[in-house]
Amino acid sequence: MVLIFVELDNGSIKKTSLEAVAYGAAVAKASGTTATALAIGTADATELAKAGAYGATKVLHANAAELANENAMAYASVLAAAVKNENAEVVILPKSGLCDAMGARTAAKLGASIVSGVTELPDVSNGFKVTRSIYTGKAFATVDVKGSVKILGIKKNAIEAVEGTGSATVEAFTPALNNGDFVAKVTGQEKASGELSLTEADIIVSGGRGMKGPDNWQPLLDLASALGAATGCSKPVSDLDWRPHHEHIGQTGIKVAPNLYIACGISGAIQHLAGVNSSKVIVAINKDPEAPFFKAADYGIVGDVFDILPRLTKAVKDAK
Amino acid sequence: MKILVCITNVPDTTAKISFTDNNTKLNKAGVQYIIGPYDDYALARAVELKEQQGGSITVLNVGEAESDPQIRKALAIGADDAVRVNAEPTDSYFTATQIAAIAKEGGYDLILMGRESIDFNSGVVHGLVGEMLGIPSFSPVMKLDIEGSTAKFAREIEGGKEFLEAPLPLVLGCQEPIAEWKIPNMRGIMTARTKPLKVVEPVAVGDMATLDQYTLPAPKGACKMIPADQAETLISLLKTEAKVL
Ligand SMILES: Cc1cc2nc3c(=O)[nH]c(=O)nc-3n(C[C@H](O)[C@H](O)[C@H](O)COP(=O)(O)OP(=O)(O)OC[C@H]3O[C@@H](n4cnc5c(N)ncnc54)[C@H](O)[C@@H]3O)c2cc1C
Repeated sequence: MVLIFVELDNGSIKKTSLEAVAYGAAVAKASGTTATALAIGTADATELAKAGAYGATKVLHANAAELANENAMAYASVLAAAVKNENAEVVILPKSGLCDAMGARTAAKLGASIVSGVTELPDVSNGFKVTRSIYTGKAFATVDVKGSVKILGIKKNAIEAVEGTGSATVEAFTPALNNGDFVAKVTGQEKASGELSLTEADIIVSGGRGMKGPDNWQPLLDLASALGAATGCSKPVSDLDWRPHHEHIGQTGIKVAPNLYIACGISGAIQHLAGVNSSKVIVAINKDPEAPFFKAADYGIVGDVFDILPRLTKAVKDAK
Repeated sequence: MKILVCITNVPDTTAKISFTDNNTKLNKAGVQYIIGPYDDYALARAVELKEQQGGSITVLNVGEAESDPQIRKALAIGADDAVRVNAEPTDSYFTATQIAAIAKEGGYDLILMGRESIDFNSGVVHGLVGEMLGIPSFSPVMKLDIEGSTAKFAREIEGGKEFLEAPLPLVLGCQEPIAEWKIPNMRGIMTARTKPLKVVEPVAVGDMATLDQYTLPAPKGACKMIPADQAETLISLLKTEAKVL
């Protein structure tokens, strides 16, 4: 049995989680078994049943009041209980801060093997081999996963999730909760509301020091909004407080894997590229024809961002 | 306060990665090794906390003798003593088991490490160690203060940050801007030579994931340059050619 954790955002299943369901369903099919999804938190049954269209036959829903906050330790206890309950042999988690943390604690609870950064479906013809990204995208390792329970953290785009016509039953799941999981007190939160998350976004428009200052971001935001994209930035930009820290992409920031990454006025230092090299298509706009980003990009424009960005925004709007 | 800081010994961010032995070993020729950049943040904050509140810092590395220069560097930056578990870290579970075994003996109030290593980028060791020790773990932590036996900290979440309080002991995976990286000074470098570095043998762990082989990504095709005066054509190319719009 394959168990997939699906992450909720305001009651909806995240897109990367639907990919995880498709991935889990493919693993289940290859191993001649079924896929069950686990959702934690508030969501209505019709939303949860969506996992059925991506290949799950059942959705377990844990929705105790104590689980309203995203608490990785409590979520790990619920996940471990579900693994035992369902006799799951393979557990799939999408990539996110929450999922990394709960995957780790679940692995230690169960004595399970855990492999993160998985980029492809496993080869189950001889053992259980998965390929994962290492050296921040500069290489891959194929590993033979042992352990009676295998936990895989998958990267965005590890599989193309195609919506099918299947359906899933939704069942309440109410394991006993441990007090020890609730010792931390959340004392506050600062969160940009309604912002598209970088790890979920299919398109990212990102700016570097070439944007020249915090007050010049509008042309970039306009293009992002025309494309329905999330916005990111290079490290100096967040260090200088031109943009919030959670937009910082790269080796020491967030690693992203969108279908399209548009870099505006970013030189393409190796530490920045380390966070974007899993993108499907990269566009670089830079006034310096020698900027290293052009070596990593698929499309390049040598030009001034303040001239190019408004024209691209207009072209996107005109094309609609 | 007793702080344990776990550091990784990893190829420099800019290192060119290639493999030898039928793609089963990293080609170490010409590769410069560094303390994991995120671990550097953890160490820097530990040094500041010690300066404010006293206590001791032990650095811990799971690695072979080639880690020693990085361990000495951590001692030069301000750690008091060091432990190296003499084994090549093969996977997260193995590494975490070694850390948990050392941590259990030491009775630390705080176990700090980077949010992830930059070789395998798993980002799960702090969670594994926390659970193995039966104490809370959080990551990625970008601000940390200790008041008595309580940690007050901020962790990055999607689109922002969350502020938390939790009782010690804790395991935290750190990232910027928790502290400014510290550079060892001459006095630190001199005293580091005399600080104790204990080498211990690993505890046994069953095979969890074994390496089959490494591969490199397919080489990138040439970048298609679009003249600035025709910038608009980019949008149609992204639609019809790259099919990402
Ligand atoms: C250990 C370590 C970790 C790091 N981690 C990260 C990380 O995670 N993420 C990260 O981004 N960096 C990281 N860095 C920093 C990295 O090395 C670079 O310094 C940084 O990425 C440069 O940012 P930038 O390209 O925005 O700025 P710059 O290097 O200043 O480049 C600005 C670019 O804008 C172009 N430009 C200027 N004006 C215009 C204009 N009007 N129109 C078009 N183009 C213009 C310039 O030609 C130039 O190429 C790290 C560094 C270290 C040492």
